[in-house]
Amino acid sequence: MTRFIVRRLVGMVAVLFAVSVVVFVVFMVLPKQNPAQSLAGKNATPLLVENIEAEWGFDDPLPQQYLTMMEKLFTGELVQYEPRIEVDDKIIEGIPATFSLTIGAAVIWLFFGLLLGYLSAIRAGGWLDRLLTGVSIAGISIPVFLLAPVLIYLFANQLEIFPNGQYVPFSEDPWEWAKHLILPWVTLAAISIGFYSRVVRSNMLDVMNEDYVRTARAKGLGERQVMTRHVLRNSLIPVITLFGLDFGATIAGTAIITEAIYDIDGVGLYAAEAVEKFELPPIMGVALYGSFFVVFMNTLVDIAYAYLDPRVRLGESASE
Amino acid sequence: MPNEPSAERGPWSLALRRFFRNRLAVAFLGVFVLIVLFVLAAPLWAEHVAETGPNEEHIVEQITVDGEKLDVVSVEGKPIGPQWFAADGKFFLGADGRLGRDEMVRLMYGGRISLLVAISAALISTMLAVVLGLLAGYFRGWTDTVIARVLDAIWSLPVFLIALSIGVALATGGFKLGPLELSGGSLIIPIGIISIFTVPYIARPIRGQVLALSEKEFVEAAVAQGAGPLRVMFGEILPNLASTVIVFFTLMIANAMIFEAGLSFLGAGVQPPNSSWGAMITTGVELLKVQPLLAILPGAMIMLTVLSLNIIGDALRDALDPRGKQRLDAALQFEAQAGATGTQGGAALS
Repeated sequence: MTRFIVRRLVGMVAVLFAVSVVVFVVFMVLPKQNPAQSLAGKNATPLLVENIEAEWGFDDPLPQQYLTMMEKLFTGELVQYEPRIEVDDKIIEGIPATFSLTIGAAVIWLFFGLLLGYLSAIRAGGWLDRLLTGVSIAGISIPVFLLAPVLIYLFANQLEIFPNGQYVPFSEDPWEWAKHLILPWVTLAAISIGFYSRVVRSNMLDVMNEDYVRTARAKGLGERQVMTRHVLRNSLIPVITLFGLDFGATIAGTAIITEAIYDIDGVGLYAAEAVEKFELPPIMGVALYGSFFVVFMNTLVDIAYAYLDPRVRLGESASE
Repeated sequence: MPNEPSAERGPWSLALRRFFRNRLAVAFLGVFVLIVLFVLAAPLWAEHVAETGPNEEHIVEQITVDGEKLDVVSVEGKPIGPQWFAADGKFFLGADGRLGRDEMVRLMYGGRISLLVAISAALISTMLAVVLGLLAGYFRGWTDTVIARVLDAIWSLPVFLIALSIGVALATGGFKLGPLELSGGSLIIPIGIISIFTVPYIARPIRGQVLALSEKEFVEAAVAQGAGPLRVMFGEILPNLASTVIVFFTLMIANAMIFEAGLSFLGAGVQPPNSSWGAMITTGVELLKVQPLLAILPGAMIMLTVLSLNIIGDALRDALDPRGKQRLDAALQFEAQAGATGTQGGAALS
């Protein structure tokens, strides 16, 4: 186990190094425009550009420039220039909103994914099963940038049941917090519910053929107990891994678009606004911190998976 | 091909027959063809019906509907709604916002860019994936280790976020590498970014197939006859990958389209004066209260295209591999793995 963890951590550091080099090259080396000009923003004064050139050391050799960038990143000295704001402050400010959105959506999609998957597995081939198959392929085809406007139009503008987005901190008013987040939660969760129900279903159908399920039935357990205690529980291990990866991908993907449409004051909206204005420092910061977070999460999930299911780490070392 | 079920018909025509027996798939193939015809007709509609281009502004103009003069953009900045054929097809779907551009014309031209970017990116991504998969699966050893590790690394990244940042950096500053120079607005930038980041989703399954195929007798036979590695990889193994490649290519177009729309929606994909369906949603969302169609129409076009491609791809898989037990779940899995703007965690399943 220790060897497995060490190897995963080394792999993680290598990936993070590679990502930071790619970002460095793309931001500083590939563009034909002077990178200081790009960092400064569209309406920057020549003086500001000159200052940035000195600050980032664009006359230094490339490896030194890379180190300067990484130093700024790790000491939290990355700033956006018009107006001068520290990027990491803005990111930390946005984290509660982003986590409210993503964790809430994750709870919804896990709950309904498991429930629907369970129901369609115990009646495989029935009408619910076939309906869910259709719903899940439609679900993965509906992009958030269609679902969100439709939901806002129907439930916020026409029926006026829910507010059309924006974020109210939980500490301020828990009721309003939830009310404002319901539409965004549904938007984010909708894609995954169909998919998760399919995964749970097919895992459960696989597990149902295992010997220990037959044993459980043979010793006289009721059908419900067999299904929940033995089948469902054992088909959850792959779902946990999947969930860990999806959660990271959602934070760094769909959540950005969702925050932008619903005007939720999180990290994603900060990034989206920076993209709109072509402000590079915030984007650089969000991309790198975001990658670090997601890759770290994925590594943790990998380790947790190996801990839960010894076949994974045994299989790995046997193949070497 | 061993065990050919019919003497007269080859496996391809059999597959084709199986595909056309799937009514849902044929219906959605029809939908996809209609979408392609729709975007191809853009210049015809623009010139002969709407008499305007996708970027022509009509801020202070008026059109005549039933003998009445109407502002294209009202004094308060509200764009005119759908006119259908009331103004001889002008502003068929209304105007797109304060600039008063013809929404129908923009939808057609935007679709061209969306499809162009998606198909080119899927093509490049599939070709790269085939080459990498063949190299890794055939040579094994350190070649395989290096390729597999790089693919795994890309897989573990928050691809959309990194693509977003690269898109902005290159759109701001342009691109210069040796003799290759691109301006920030070039379509090659989003195409390149999408194709590189989607390679692992095809390359990993292909590598697995090549690993299995290169153990087969026909490969041994080819090697024994003195065929070199290139000949074996592209002449012997590649034809056996054809059905996988066709299916993945179809699904990848759908996926690239969502990826592009996500980037363009935020402003890191297709840059003005070009527009795509994703970029059009941005303007639409701002006017959601006034004119909800402006956000919903391009979104619905994306969904329709993606849904057709997913269903076609799934039916192709059934038709090409009738014994496959995975059927729909395979397409779902792929989508989920590849969903750059959505779920990405299919990794655990493969």
